Amino acid sequence: MRYAYYPGCSAESTARDMHQSTLAVAKALGIDLVEPKGWTCCGATAGHQTDRLLAVSLPAANLTKVQDMKLDMMVNCAACYSRMKVANHEIAAHSNIRKGVREALDRDYDGSVKVRHLLEVLLEDVGLPAIKQAVKRPLNGLKVACYYGCLLVRPPKILKFDDAENPTSLDRLVTAMGGTSLEWPSKVECCGGGLSLSRTDVVVELTGSIIDMAASVGADCIAVSCPMCQVNLDLRQQDINKQTGKNYQIPIVYITQLLGLCLGIGPGDLGFDKLMVPASAVLEKVK
Amino acid sequence: MITIKNKKNGAGLKQAVEEISGVDVSVCFQCKKCSSGCPVAKLTTSRPSEIMRQLHLGAGNELLESDLVWMCASCETCSARCPMGIDVAAVIDALRKLALARGASKQEGNVPLFNRAFLKTVEIFGRSYEIGMITAYKIGTGKLMNDTEKFPAMLKKGKIALLPPRGGDRKTVKRIFKAYKQNKGAKA
Repeated sequence: MRYAYYPGCSAESTARDMHQSTLAVAKALGIDLVEPKGWTCCGATAGHQTDRLLAVSLPAANLTKVQDMKLDMMVNCAACYSRMKVANHEIAAHSNIRKGVREALDRDYDGSVKVRHLLEVLLEDVGLPAIKQAVKRPLNGLKVACYYGCLLVRPPKILKFDDAENPTSLDRLVTAMGGTSLEWPSKVECCGGGLSLSRTDVVVELTGSIIDMAASVGADCIAVSCPMCQVNLDLRQQDINKQTGKNYQIPIVYITQLLGLCLGIGPGDLGFDKLMVPASAVLEKVK
Repeated sequence: MITIKNKKNGAGLKQAVEEISGVDVSVCFQCKKCSSGCPVAKLTTSRPSEIMRQLHLGAGNELLESDLVWMCASCETCSARCPMGIDVAAVIDALRKLALARGASKQEGNVPLFNRAFLKTVEIFGRSYEIGMITAYKIGTGKLMNDTEKFPAMLKKGKIALLPPRGGDRKTVKRIFKAYKQNKGAKA
């Protein structure tokens, strides 16, 4: 199993924990990850809110690099994943967009590089039986609220990832690791995404209702696979507490951090020290 | 209730929105699934289904002042749930582009400011640089102290990078931004 791994900009900053745990888990499971040399930003939400050509060309610059590597692209950040797949779709469907991208990049690209999310690689290529077998320290019934957010599942017609309204990829992994995946209604609710700085009030409101719901179903932690979701839910808990007088302390962990623990990797190698809400209750349970 | 002003501010936006988004606004039959699922609709005065109706009825530039235009989080729930397959989120994106082009973005001006700060770091470094972006954004808003209480803990934990990113193919990204700016000039 070999993939061109696109880490995304967050991997070098606010999602170093995601990056670190992704590399550690891949190594333990025999997944070979190669970073495309000189990878650049996908443009994220700011890109598509600003200009269509910009929003497609920025991902395309990376897709062409991966095309030269003759590998599938693997992405862990949900936002990058969505932008890559939408760019592929736009280029393949609209000849004028393809032409615009050709002029911007000075090379033609047909939109054909296969883009996979890490969860797809884990579930389809590695497979749950192999993961179950590799578990050294099970989650011991840890109650996990699996949170997918927006960009793993939307737009569904283009991403075709799991079920857009009730995805179960994370839940199936958590169950295979010996955890209890909770039924809850906020799986695909929005955390406010890129509005974190520009409309903090909106993000505090939206993350507040997600955290509230997780607490009411008795979650020990929330498992995520998107850096924007992780930062918003983790960082904004102190704002939510300040505004509502509550005292939420729910750890927001990447699925790769949980999986890494189960595979016997130490918390220090999985970036647990970087979480704002400490995951000590999780670490206590998985020993 | 939807109010359409008699005296419209500029020509109807429908055609421009349809050209930018590729969406046929007129197939909307007002089932309001988009508004029901919209996570910010409870906070805004305008809702996605109302925007669709107003466009259809010939609303002009006044629509660009709707708070939803900049409070929309781009979660795409509206597009995913529309029974007619309308990409409502693309309509909102089109309204943002028109708001910027026609100078109507002052009301909720912080989102475009954030987007500019974000894209500027990408243009310079090839990858986004959070601290650079946050600094540029804060200088732009004049609210330097908002959220700063979180930085010491984030830096200590290594939750945010201090130095700008290296290793990105800056040359290609500069080409893309050049093409985008030329293209924007051609459209205007």
